[in-house]
Amino acid sequence: MYYLGYTSLESGDLFSGYTFTWAWDNYRDAWSLYRDHFIRSFEYAAIATIAAFLISYPLAYWIAFRGGRWKNVLLLLIIAPFFVTYLIRTLAWKTILADDGIVVSTFQHLHLISPDGRLLATTTAVIAGITYNFLPFMALPIYVSLEQIDQRLIEAAEDLYANRAKAFFRVTFPLSLPGVFAGTLLTFIPACGDFINAQLLGTPKQLMIGNVIQRRFKDVADYPQAAALSFVLMAVILVLIIAYARSVGSERVTTGVA
Amino acid sequence: MTSAVETVSVRRVRRSALARTWAFARRHTLTLFAFLAFVYLLLPIAVVIMFSFNDPLGRFNFTWQGFTLDNWLHPFDYPELGPAVRLSLVIAFFSSIIATAIGTLMALALVRYRFRGHGSMNLLIFLPMATPEIVMGSSLLTLFLNYSVPLGFATILIAHIMFNISFVVVTVRARLAGYDRHLEEAAADLFANPWTAFYKVTLPLIWPGILAGFLLAFALSVDDFVITYLVSGADQTFPLFVWGAARVAVPPQINVIGSAIFFIAVAFMLANVLWQWRRQPKGAV
Repeated sequence: MYYLGYTSLESGDLFSGYTFTWAWDNYRDAWSLYRDHFIRSFEYAAIATIAAFLISYPLAYWIAFRGGRWKNVLLLLIIAPFFVTYLIRTLAWKTILADDGIVVSTFQHLHLISPDGRLLATTTAVIAGITYNFLPFMALPIYVSLEQIDQRLIEAAEDLYANRAKAFFRVTFPLSLPGVFAGTLLTFIPACGDFINAQLLGTPKQLMIGNVIQRRFKDVADYPQAAALSFVLMAVILVLIIAYARSVGSERVTTGVA
Repeated sequence: MTSAVETVSVRRVRRSALARTWAFARRHTLTLFAFLAFVYLLLPIAVVIMFSFNDPLGRFNFTWQGFTLDNWLHPFDYPELGPAVRLSLVIAFFSSIIATAIGTLMALALVRYRFRGHGSMNLLIFLPMATPEIVMGSSLLTLFLNYSVPLGFATILIAHIMFNISFVVVTVRARLAGYDRHLEEAAADLFANPWTAFYKVTLPLIWPGILAGFLLAFALSVDDFVITYLVSGADQTFPLFVWGAARVAVPPQINVIGSAIFFIAVAFMLANVLWQWRRQPKGAV
């Protein structure tokens, strides 16, 4: 019975590679026609991952060390967005960033954007949407690893170094790295393949590789091409993950993910 | 444990007025930052709930027009919305039950027995979670296409069972990790029947894990869009309906259903948090 699931996973993932033997052209086309989309996807995903990290690390730190007995409730608030359907969440951003909405007019008053500037249908909107949607994936692993840190280690460091910043960078931060690592992967991987944010919050200029794959499959029904594209996407992601794991140390990957 | 840290910091803060101000500013910067991050996280939810009470003029529910309860009184008063929600619930129910059954057995096998392919199976469990949804969806779609399986209810169900299994396995396995096998052996010594031992000892002990896995699977199934979108034929689940609707109109009924799902999920979570609080002795927190 469990082998049923086992084989379904296996064949499901091998099948996109099945086109491999038929037409190599698909692969050549995949790269030459959609190189821009690939690069854009990885760029957006990388920026969103960094942004999510910058937002969620202090947040997770605050909950882990200052949360007190409200920790569970605060954690619930972090995962609350999960309870609203992904698409509806993103549509809500459309409402918030709408041209006659509060955010746009405030930004115009503060001269952060030009008086006739927009937020909707810009690269910023797409990246902000991706950051928002994957923020909990970043915050939770970081919280878990911060929470596990033995407070006495930080106290000891403060007794010895006497400087809070130094204690943070020498003790707290290195100890939370497994969480950072897991969070980065959990944010970056789905962000690469995302097409909902680009579709709803962007214009054709912000289309990502996910949009291309989705259109090849559903609108054009060019299955081999789409399969080749998703295979390439998967391969590139794997290479990036391996490179990342090498640079951080593979031991941290396994402890972080498992 | 927090109090120990605070005594350290209190000692440090008392040293000088400057250090005290600095610590005060630092503490509040972090709090303010956390507050802003929460605003960022929760603002869209507030908007979804607020706009479910909106009375839009046109087909798009993007600007505030006026308060109304109509949308909540007639949540399914929009073509195709009702069937879509029903299909979502049906798929979620069956896929989570099947995924929970398979996933629990897989978790038990993985924790208990060493067999050929044990290591690779552990890895394969993680694979669906570490793959972008679009790649998963397209792999499944090509699989169905190659075997010319007609797209529809069955393919959606199969896809949902597949991605849910991994999450159930991980949840149940986490529960099994802290479980004492000697209890089962003791039961076997007393009852002598493996089935009785399973039902009377193992199952009640890992039940919270199984339930958590089921709820997680249900939530993921209701929410899933990308994979469903790729493997569905003419059938529409609720997220697919939203996607289709968003191209031509955004009826406030979408917000009503979205808010309703949110409230139900939060109620479940709150019940769980309260339950844990009650079980924990007061001094422990």
